[in-house]
Amino acid sequence: MSALLSIRGLTAGYGGLPVIDGIDLDVAPRTVSVIIGPNGAGKSTLLKSVFALTRIEAGKIAFDDRDITGLATAELVPIGIAAVPQSRNVFTTLTVAENLDVGTYAAPPRDRRAVEERVLTLFPDLRAKLGQPAGTLSGGQRQMVAMGRALMSEPKLLLLDEPTAGLSPAYLERIFDLILGIRAVGVTILMVEQNARQALRIADRGHVLVNGRNFQSGTGMELLGDENVRRSFLGGGTA
Amino acid sequence: MELSGLAFYFVGFLIAGGIYAILCLALNIQWGMGGLFNAGIAGFFAVGAYASAIVTAASSNGKHLGGFALPVPLGLLAAALVAGITGWAVAKVCVRLKSDYLAMASIGIAEILRLVIVNEQWLTNGSLGIANIPRPFEGLVRGREADLLFMAVIWLIVIAVYVLCARLNNSPWGRTLRAIRDNEDSARAVGKDVEWFRLQTFVIGAALMGIAGALSASYFKFLSPAATEPLLVTFLVWVMLMAGGSGNPKGAIAGALLIWGIWSATEIFTNRLPGEWATRSSYVRMLLVGLLLQFVLQRYRQGLIPEKSPKLEFERK
Amino acid sequence: MIEFVNFYLIPAFTLGAIYALGAVGISMIFGILRFAHFAHGDVMTLGAYGTLTAVWLIPLPPLLLLPFGIALAIVATLAVDRMFYRPLRKLATIYTVISSFGVALIFRSLAQLFWGAQNEVYVPGVQRPLVFFDTIRVSALHIEAILIIIVIALTLHVFLTRSRLGRSMRAVSDEPELAAVSGLDTDRVIRWTWIIGASLAAIAGTLAGLDTDVHPNLGWNLLLPMFAASILGGIGKPMGALAGGMVIGLAEELSAYPWLGDGPLISPSYKTAVAFFIMVALLIFKPQGLFKGRLL
Repeated sequence: MSALLSIRGLTAGYGGLPVIDGIDLDVAPRTVSVIIGPNGAGKSTLLKSVFALTRIEAGKIAFDDRDITGLATAELVPIGIAAVPQSRNVFTTLTVAENLDVGTYAAPPRDRRAVEERVLTLFPDLRAKLGQPAGTLSGGQRQMVAMGRALMSEPKLLLLDEPTAGLSPAYLERIFDLILGIRAVGVTILMVEQNARQALRIADRGHVLVNGRNFQSGTGMELLGDENVRRSFLGGGTA
Repeated sequence: MELSGLAFYFVGFLIAGGIYAILCLALNIQWGMGGLFNAGIAGFFAVGAYASAIVTAASSNGKHLGGFALPVPLGLLAAALVAGITGWAVAKVCVRLKSDYLAMASIGIAEILRLVIVNEQWLTNGSLGIANIPRPFEGLVRGREADLLFMAVIWLIVIAVYVLCARLNNSPWGRTLRAIRDNEDSARAVGKDVEWFRLQTFVIGAALMGIAGALSASYFKFLSPAATEPLLVTFLVWVMLMAGGSGNPKGAIAGALLIWGIWSATEIFTNRLPGEWATRSSYVRMLLVGLLLQFVLQRYRQGLIPEKSPKLEFERK
Repeated sequence: MIEFVNFYLIPAFTLGAIYALGAVGISMIFGILRFAHFAHGDVMTLGAYGTLTAVWLIPLPPLLLLPFGIALAIVATLAVDRMFYRPLRKLATIYTVISSFGVALIFRSLAQLFWGAQNEVYVPGVQRPLVFFDTIRVSALHIEAILIIIVIALTLHVFLTRSRLGRSMRAVSDEPELAAVSGLDTDRVIRWTWIIGASLAAIAGTLAGLDTDVHPNLGWNLLLPMFAASILGGIGKPMGALAGGMVIGLAEELSAYPWLGDGPLISPSYKTAVAFFIMVALLIFKPQGLFKGRLL
């Protein structure tokens, strides 16, 4: 099976020294891939590079067998990529319903209502909050609005930047469940996670990044079982 | 006769140019060092001019406050004090907000000051203005030589302000300001009171603008509400500073002379046009000032003489 | 009482409508482009002159010729955005503020150059007021102004909450980066911000010209109260700016009413000061405005 997203030799940054250097990475369709690694390893930069939010110095990004390296963010949404930033990821003065609606503007779906219905089935908590401004919601609910907004463009690939950052442990489990739910409806997920251990448990594949380079890859379970990874990146202990 | 006429035209040019140089140096402290946008230069200029005129003018005929006939240096001090306090009040309110708010408030205070100057007859004699405003060292020389002397006084003050700016720039105070400008967050993190430092630049700048106003009133020996006209003061000074290079006192002086030179040269030209055309062409000159500002903003943000320390532009907020 | 209604309250609504229309644009531009647009008053001036020129050429009432003023204002703002503001977009927004300050001068000198510095009126002669119940005397202009502001308020509300473009504008105003990540066409949103802001400014300018007369400083003189109105309404909240404009207009006019004793409470020459002090008070106590706008 060919990869949905294929990154080769990607070197990128923000104008100064490159933050990531020669990254290779493949994401198979309908899987959850997690990027982990220490702070400053370039995890978020990698994610942002896929979404054309960095300066790409070298390398290639292919999506759905198409070279997307030079495309702008606004061109990526219509071809099936959507992203949820780590912070400030909802439009606070817009209602939840309006937030979801804005998600459809870049790639208008044929049946808006059906898509919204599907999203609300994934995030039933939002149904009661549709008329409420997103700024009034809790952190976890905001994360759902943000993911829902991204899913409204019916992406094949969803990029999540630390979806559980700042959330309580109770919500953490909930968000990971939701991510599996999103995979179940056929969306591929590539995410960066600080809570590496829990993330690897649900991940089909994990990639460890160190100092802007590939360090190790494997299935989630392989990485969780790897002594080296466990000692260096998962804070010791047993899986 | 012809030559001396030209020479005295040149003296007049240098007097006005010197006053603009002081304004420009003052704005450079506020904007170049503090990063604060002052859109009400004319207000601080005018309040300084009136403060000085009221305390130094010989006679008020009982029609308005004044007639104290105090020496000129006290007039300059009064100008600096009143303008500085006004600047402090405005900046205090806005300094913690995005600089756009200070711009709005400074244009507001300039407007309020204009209203006060026009309406409060007991204070300013309204549109009739204040006459007999003395110059420093008046009576030492007579006639056209007096202008020469005044020019010398003005440029001594310009040099003094320049030295002050250069000193400030190299002092710990100036270095802190540069640190704030280059990275506000890290300056805050090491415990610098960013607002307080910014506030100081605004007050010092406003006080110097007041002094420039006082000198201008002395030069013309007469003061009317026309002094609050924002076009000739606020706009020109901004163009001067942008053209000269913000963050650099030498650039501020150079910009003041250059733009004042262009402005005066076009005036010589347009004054020779017949009636209707002369009026219209003054609008063309204004238009050119506006366009010149756009041009330097886009092409010569670093100005004639760029700042020495590496970073010039502010981080996008 | 009747005197209060005729000479203070109804004119206050007209003035409020003028401020409100201008403030909406300022608030939207501040919210979406992130800078205080100092040339907005002069956009009003250009709009007023655009309508005036049409009045000279076409024998129709000025309000029907508004599209000409609107067109001139739109062309002018889109042109300066393209030539002067857009090249500075990547820098700190304060550079754009300075640029707009220069654009104000450019617009004003163009107005003086093309139309002269003298005062012009749309329709010569005194307009007879309409009389209701034998006592309430209202000039047709004041009724028109109030009707215009009501229609625009409703349209704007529907536009912002229901239309795709309106929601996109609110989204960009809310979180510009997220709007870009969501794939919204930010350039289109910016273009329409100018178009709407300029249109409303042109209407405001024409109303102001009808209320008194048209002159090159028409808009510049109204800038301060409009800034106050947009802060009062909360930056990036167009409906708030509408309300803010009405409040400032009422405050200015009603401050001249002899509430205590015989003389006006505040001398009419200090009307502008009322707006300024409201603005300063807001900046001190409630910089996010009355309607919880953004604090930029």
